[in-house]
Amino acid sequence: MSFMPPDFAPASSEIFMLIMVCVVMLADLTVGQNRRYVTYLLTQATLFGCAVLTFSSFSNEVVLTFSGMFVDDTLADTLKLMTYGTVSAVLIYSHTYIADRGMLRGEFFSLTLFATLGMMVMISASHFLTLYLGLEILSLSLYALVALRRDSVISTEAAMKFFVLGALASGFLLYGMSMIYGATGSLQVTEVAKAIQNGVNAKEVLVVGLVFIVAGISFKLSAAPFHMWAPDVYQGAPTAVTLFIGSAPKFAAFGFVMRLLIEGLEQMASDWQGMLVILAVMSMAIGNIAAIAQSNIKRMLAYSTISHMGFLLLGFISADANGYSSALFYVIAYVLMTLGTFAMIMLLCRNGFEAENISDFKGLSKRNAWYAFITLLLMFSLAGIPPMIGFYAKLAVLQAVVNAGFVWLAVVAVLFSLIGAFYYLRIIKFMYFDEPETNEPILLNNDVKILLNANGLAILVLGIFPQALMGISLYAIQNSM
Amino acid sequence: MIFQDIIFYTFSAILIASALGVITFRNPVYSALLLVLSFITCAGLWLLLEAEFLAIALVLVYVGAVMVLFLFVVMMLDINLDQLREGFWKWFPFGGLIALVMVGEISIVLMGKYFGLDEMPSPKPHAADYSNTKELGRLIYTEYVYAFELAAVLLLIAMVAAIALTLRHREDKKIVDPAKQVNVQKKDRLRIVSMPVEKKNS
Repeated sequence: MSFMPPDFAPASSEIFMLIMVCVVMLADLTVGQNRRYVTYLLTQATLFGCAVLTFSSFSNEVVLTFSGMFVDDTLADTLKLMTYGTVSAVLIYSHTYIADRGMLRGEFFSLTLFATLGMMVMISASHFLTLYLGLEILSLSLYALVALRRDSVISTEAAMKFFVLGALASGFLLYGMSMIYGATGSLQVTEVAKAIQNGVNAKEVLVVGLVFIVAGISFKLSAAPFHMWAPDVYQGAPTAVTLFIGSAPKFAAFGFVMRLLIEGLEQMASDWQGMLVILAVMSMAIGNIAAIAQSNIKRMLAYSTISHMGFLLLGFISADANGYSSALFYVIAYVLMTLGTFAMIMLLCRNGFEAENISDFKGLSKRNAWYAFITLLLMFSLAGIPPMIGFYAKLAVLQAVVNAGFVWLAVVAVLFSLIGAFYYLRIIKFMYFDEPETNEPILLNNDVKILLNANGLAILVLGIFPQALMGISLYAIQNSM
Repeated sequence: MIFQDIIFYTFSAILIASALGVITFRNPVYSALLLVLSFITCAGLWLLLEAEFLAIALVLVYVGAVMVLFLFVVMMLDINLDQLREGFWKWFPFGGLIALVMVGEISIVLMGKYFGLDEMPSPKPHAADYSNTKELGRLIYTEYVYAFELAAVLLLIAMVAAIALTLRHREDKKIVDPAKQVNVQKKDRLRIVSMPVEKKNS
C-alpha cells in the first residue's frame, strides 16, 4: 500500500516550536547561571518566530493534514497568535520574580515552551487522540512548573493535588471519548459529527460519553463542581506560574471546547446545554460567594476564575456562532485582566517578600498613584463595571444567553456578578482608603513598566471600542464552522 | 471453537485467581510474582484476540522490565505490612460497594444491547501470514505519525520534569570533581615555608 507523506506546512509553527524547545534546552546547558538572559531571549525569539510562521499562513481556508489529525483554520491561527502573545507577556512579567527566587533555571523556560506546544496542539487538534495528547503535554508541563519550587511544602502539595486530580480528569475524558468511539466508530472530530448526524443506534452510549467528556472539560476549566484543585494550586504555585496557569491555557481550553463539544458534538447540543447550564450556575455561585471569605489574594483570584469560567460557559449555551464569538471575546478579556492582576501582585513582591494577602494592597495609592489606578481599572473590569472590557465581555455573553431564550439564566448571572463586585471593590477600598503598611518604593524594569501600562490601558480602550476585537472573534468563529 | 473456549476459560480463571492473590497475599513478594502471572495470562488472552504484538510487548515490558524493578523495590524496602493493612476491614464494605457498582456499570454497557455480539460482531480471523506487528508499524509511522511524535514529546517532558524536580546540587556534598583532581599541581597543595634554623635547647 502506498503512502503519501502528509503536508507539513500547516503545522510549521508546531514543528518550529518543537525544534526550538530542544535548542533552548541545549543552549541553556552551555550558558552559565550569570548569562541566563540568553535562554530568556531565545525563548522570546521562539515565540516571535512561531507568531511569524502562524501569521504568514493565516488564511480563511480550513486545512486538514496528518490524516485528519491536525486542522489549521482561522480560529486556530487566531487563538495561537493570542497564546504566543500571552506567554510572551507572562515571561516579561515574571522574569524578575523568578530571578529573585532562584527559579531562573533553564527548565522554567523549556517547560513553559513545552506547555505552549501543548496548547498549540490542543488548539489545532481535529482528532480525539491529538486533543488528548495536547492536553497531556500541557498538563504535564504545568504539574512540573507548579512543583518547581521543590523545597516549599505548599508548592509540592499544590502540585500533588493538581497532578492527582488532573489525572482523574484525563481518565474521565478518555472514558467519555472511548464511549463516543464505541457509538460512532471514529475518533476524528468531523467524522464523529457526521456519524451522529446520520443517526446512531446507541444514543444512550453517546450521552454517557458526553457526560464524562463534559466532566473532564469542566475539571480542566476549573468549573464547579470540579473546581477543587484551583484554589490550592493558585495559592501554592509560585506567583509567576500562577500567572501562567491562569492566562494562556484558557485559550487552549476554549479551543478544546470548540473542537470537542462544538465541532464534534454540536448535534447533541440539546444534551450538553443542560449540563453546561448547571455547571455555569454552580461555578458562578460557588466562585463568587467563596471568594468573599478569602484573605489570600491568590486564592481569591482562583475563586474569581471559577466564576469567570461559569460566565464563559454561558457563551456556549446558546449554541450559535454569536454565542461562541462572545465566549471567545470573554476569554480574551479574561486573559488580559488576569495578566494585569497577577502582574500587580508580583509588582508588590520584593526579594524575600511574597505579596499574598489582600491587605498587602493597603495604601497602594499613596505608594504609587499610577499603579493603584491601573489596579483600579483591572478590578473594575473584573467586576464588570463599564466602560472596561470586562463589562462588554459580560454584556456580549448575556446577550447571547438572552437570545437563546434563557432570560432567567442571565438574571442569575447578573445577580452573582453583583455579589462578586464586593470583593473586587474591597481591594480598591484597601488601596485608596487605608494607610500603607510599608513605604517600600515599587521598582520596575522598563519592559515591565511599558507592558503593564499597555495592559491596563488596553482594558480601558478595548472596553470603550470593543467592536474591533468583537469583529475578530466573530470572524474567527464564522470562518471555522 | 471448543479448543479456544477451553483456553479462554482456563486463562480467565487463572487471571482472576492470580489478580485476587495479588491483593490478598500477605507477603508482597508473592503479590508481585502473582502480578507477573496475571500479566502473562492476560498476554495469553490477547493472543487469542490476535493482538500478537501487544501480547509480546506486555510480556517484554511489564513482566521483563517493570515487574522486575518492582520486585527489587519490594525487596529493598522494609515495608511494615500490618501498618498498611490497618483499617482494611473497616473500609472493606465501602470499597466493596464501589467495586460492585463498577462491575454493575461495566456489565450494563458490555452485556447490554449496545456492545453485545449482535451489535459488534467479532472480526473475521486474519490469514496465517498476516503480520500484526507490520500493520501496527505501518500505521504508527504513516497515519498516526503526528500522534506518535506527540507521545514522544510527552516522554521528553516527563524526562525534563523528572530531572528538574529531583536533580539537586547540594552544598554540603563531599564528592570530588575528578577533572580538578587530575589537574591539581604541586603548588596548589604544597606550601614551602622557609624557616630559620632554631637551635636545640639541650
